[in-house]
Amino acid sequence: MDFAENRPDPDELLASLKFEEEKSKRGKLKIFFGMCAGVGKTYTMLQIAHAEKLKGHDIIIGYIETHNRKETTDLTVGLEIIPRRTYQYKSTTVQEMDLDAIIARKPSTVLVDELAHTNAPGSRHTKRFQDVLEILDNGINVFTTVNVQHLESRSDTVAQITGIIVRETLPDEIFENADDIEVIDLTPDELLQRLSDGKVYTPERSREAIESFFRKGNITALREMALRIVADRVDRQLHEYMQLKRIKGPWKSGLHLLVAVSHTQQSSKLLRWAKNLSYTMGSDLQAVYVETSFKLSAKESEQLNKNISLARQLGIKFRFVTNNDMVKAIVDFAQKENITHIIIGKPKVRNLLTLLRLGNFVNRLIRYSGNIDVYILGSDNQSKDKFREKVSLPSFTSGLQQYFIASIVVIITAVLCFFIKDFIGYQVVSFGLLFVVSTLAFFFGTGPILLSATLSALIWDFFFIPPPYTLHVDKPEDMLMLIMFFIIALLSGVLTSRIRRQEMKIRVREERTNALYQLTRELSTATGIEEVIIIAKNDIKKYFDLKCRIILKNDNNQLDYSSNDDSGITLSRNDMSVAAWTFQHSSKAGKHTDTLPSGNLTFYPLKGNQMNLGVIAIQHPNVFTQGEEQFWDAFISQISGKFEREYLRNMAKQAYFLNESDKLYKTLFNSISHELRIPVATIMGASDSLLSSNHPQEVQNELSHEILKASKRLNRLIENLLNMSRLESGHIKPRLDWCDIHDLINKVTEGLQDELKSFRLHVVIPDDMPFVKIDFGLMEQVLYNLIYNATQYASASTNLRVKAFYDNGIMTLQVMDRGPGFPPKEISLIFNKFYRVEGSKAGGTGLGLSIAKGFIEAHNGTIAVANRQNGGAIFTIKIPTDIPVVDIRG
Amino acid sequence: MNLAETILIIDDEVQIRRLLEITLASNGYKISEASTGKEGLIAAATNHPALIILDLGLPDIDGIEMLKKLREWYPKPIIVLSVRSSEEDIIQALDNGANDFLTKPFRTGELLARIRVAIRQNMSSEDNPNLTFGFLSIDLVNHVARKNNEILKLTSTEFALLALLAKNSGRVLTHQSILKEIWGYGYVGQTQYLRVFVAQLRKKIEDDPAKPKLLITESGIGYRFHE
Repeated sequence: MDFAENRPDPDELLASLKFEEEKSKRGKLKIFFGMCAGVGKTYTMLQIAHAEKLKGHDIIIGYIETHNRKETTDLTVGLEIIPRRTYQYKSTTVQEMDLDAIIARKPSTVLVDELAHTNAPGSRHTKRFQDVLEILDNGINVFTTVNVQHLESRSDTVAQITGIIVRETLPDEIFENADDIEVIDLTPDELLQRLSDGKVYTPERSREAIESFFRKGNITALREMALRIVADRVDRQLHEYMQLKRIKGPWKSGLHLLVAVSHTQQSSKLLRWAKNLSYTMGSDLQAVYVETSFKLSAKESEQLNKNISLARQLGIKFRFVTNNDMVKAIVDFAQKENITHIIIGKPKVRNLLTLLRLGNFVNRLIRYSGNIDVYILGSDNQSKDKFREKVSLPSFTSGLQQYFIASIVVIITAVLCFFIKDFIGYQVVSFGLLFVVSTLAFFFGTGPILLSATLSALIWDFFFIPPPYTLHVDKPEDMLMLIMFFIIALLSGVLTSRIRRQEMKIRVREERTNALYQLTRELSTATGIEEVIIIAKNDIKKYFDLKCRIILKNDNNQLDYSSNDDSGITLSRNDMSVAAWTFQHSSKAGKHTDTLPSGNLTFYPLKGNQMNLGVIAIQHPNVFTQGEEQFWDAFISQISGKFEREYLRNMAKQAYFLNESDKLYKTLFNSISHELRIPVATIMGASDSLLSSNHPQEVQNELSHEILKASKRLNRLIENLLNMSRLESGHIKPRLDWCDIHDLINKVTEGLQDELKSFRLHVVIPDDMPFVKIDFGLMEQVLYNLIYNATQYASASTNLRVKAFYDNGIMTLQVMDRGPGFPPKEISLIFNKFYRVEGSKAGGTGLGLSIAKGFIEAHNGTIAVANRQNGGAIFTIKIPTDIPVVDIRG
Repeated sequence: MNLAETILIIDDEVQIRRLLEITLASNGYKISEASTGKEGLIAAATNHPALIILDLGLPDIDGIEMLKKLREWYPKPIIVLSVRSSEEDIIQALDNGANDFLTKPFRTGELLARIRVAIRQNMSSEDNPNLTFGFLSIDLVNHVARKNNEILKLTSTEFALLALLAKNSGRVLTHQSILKEIWGYGYVGQTQYLRVFVAQLRKKIEDDPAKPKLLITESGIGYRFHE
């Protein structure tokens, strides 16, 4: 059956459902999309707005650029306009859309022109689309306009067609995720007509524009591009629709694209191209960068960062792998990720050597990639960037000091050798020098190694090879040796330094992995939010050398700035609003970011799996490099995860307490009400009887006695409840004082005289029993409860035994009876609050033993129960206690 | 008892006052009542009671405060009633001039006994040099105690302890007040001394030291010598 093939991928389905759900809460984004300026996007948008308003929708203007076109300006009449906000930037004032006013106004729909616009410095976001995302987040629908040249993935092509480089670009993701796209189309002739009629620009500007940008060829190309994008989108929507509605159809066979990116400018083009391809193929796309030991220059690093942020803007997942063998790295990655197509750029050929090497690269990739298709994209002539071969010339970045030291070491070695050359011969000297060069390579960069290799070759030639003090070499074998010496010195030096660099890179990685491991380990043992904060701060200080401040949310889901802080970072009002923004939108903001970059703190959200926990503020003088940022993200996510777990644990605890108190409440009702009612009923009945009839003296006495008994029972219950509540509220603090155990037991048995009448009580206390330090009152209660229990369950005239002894810092008290003992199944539960052994006789609340346990634990002691061999139960109390040090007898 | 003694009950609970009134009246005492601290102070000043029963949990004035105020001029016995069974409260009350205490709920028989002891002790202000408790007699002048007419071998500290307790028989003495009295201020807090001597004393004066009849422990508070 091809059933399986026709079935949508469940994960994808789930993702699409989730996405739909997410989107429904947000406002809807409608884009009026055109090939270029002047096609009437704003005009159409306003027309539709009027129509919507007639239908009764609350639709207002957030920002409209009329370009002083009369038709457009006329259309704004009758719609509410949010006044623009004025920013002072240097000496000029700039007007921008007032984001907060729009959100505060909360219309159902707002019109925002020119989505790709870049905001004036000082605005909250660098780009207008970020403003729009925030508006959408607030559940407000947005109508906006976009021209095709503003799309990030098309900006290259547009530049190629029109020769104009577009600065204001829009991430494709925004466009792709728009809910609705309406194409405003005009034939090129109509557009040109409009231009020359002066409907778009003023006459002078029109002429200029027609000559430079609005050439018919250009317009046609842009138009085609715009229409194709929309057609692609419609196609994809159909695909998504079918997937959502489980319509059988020709499912695309799960294509997964991978684009291999380098640190060259060419790669940005590659990324855009790959993005287009993935559009058309309806497949997903990832990008990978292979980190090798090859050291990037500052410029190259910058380009790499640009490429990465471009990939992110294009909505491409970016991954790093480390391997000196690029081919292997790419293929391994592709296989792991089930990639079906690999896209690489065609390397630029500079000379024969690189041709050989690169040919090798491409060939190997094709050979090893097996059934994975490989696309090779041609390089761009305009790109002035030179493709630098991976193992090309080494970088000369070592400090001058290194060159100096390397030379000195070589010279010293040479001098030493000079004195002993008569003993060892000039040939052996070469080995010495070679050894020094190789050794230096362990410590120094490639530059100093090259220098020392050259230097030592020259020195050897000049001072050692006969004839000395000339560069001339007599014997051909010496000549050969000199050449070989030079090559070997060079190779070993360069190779060693390469290995070292690779090693360093690995070490950095290892250190990071280690740091993460350490962090995870420390976090795993931490309990309580306070401790996590301390660990996080310490580790961030240790591994990033950054001061940070952690601001967590409170129960009202707002950031709590009140918590103690020793970081020395103080937050201004402005910083707090940045923090709040970061928290709300769970994306970074502040310095070095696109959002609110004016302050000097950078804020990162602490994002858990299910919730935002707060933000972390850092004072960072430099931007993180790509590797650092990844490391930082991983670090932060570990910390966030821990915070989340702690938070959830607290919530669970609270829920547990609520549940417990609920249970307590119920048990109180069930058990206590019964326990209260019985004696109250006895008292009422007996006293009523005493009042109403004339009983003989005996009966009167008996009734009075019953009343007294019931009162005692009530009193015991109240005592227990009070003790329980003291225990529960944690108010029990034993007042430790010296106590004579005889006294204690005597006091208890005296109080239980009536109950003990029918038992044979044995008190066993050794003669040398010392005084112990306990709380007399609490221990009295404990013993009372235990002995009282025994009298309630053991049958009459059996033995009751109370035993006390002291051994090695521990006082032991035992209460033994010959009652029924406890069912083995329940014996572990009897100290639980309100627990009553099944089938036990009426009376009792199940509090006595739990109180005993609580009081013993307040003494840092333990209480245990066991069944005795020949029937009955034994309670054993162990309390660590002092005994008096001085013997004061006599 | 020739003349009916007046007892002032200061308690805000009507039921308790009523119960005490019935019990005490039927035992030949005259009763005066007050439901607040203020009323109580006035009644104490105007009615010249022979004894005051004071509830520590009054609505207007704190019990200990009340005790202090009364003790500024009132020399006769005060028995404290308290629902708070906490030992600290009781000790504090005793240290602030209360003669005795009872915790609610209490047995009326117990209360009557305490009242009798308190009044009697207050009346016999001049020291009787010979005290007798059943088989035990104590000669305070010659420092001799006899059990069944046999002279007990007591150390001087033991005798001092016995004499102190016996002179205050029926009344509870706190650990600290005993320590202060016999050993002096420096020994306050050293209850182990007291325990040792009480145990030794019991061995000598009690028939069954494990079940003392004379030297009674008041849990967590002190000792009382049974009359």
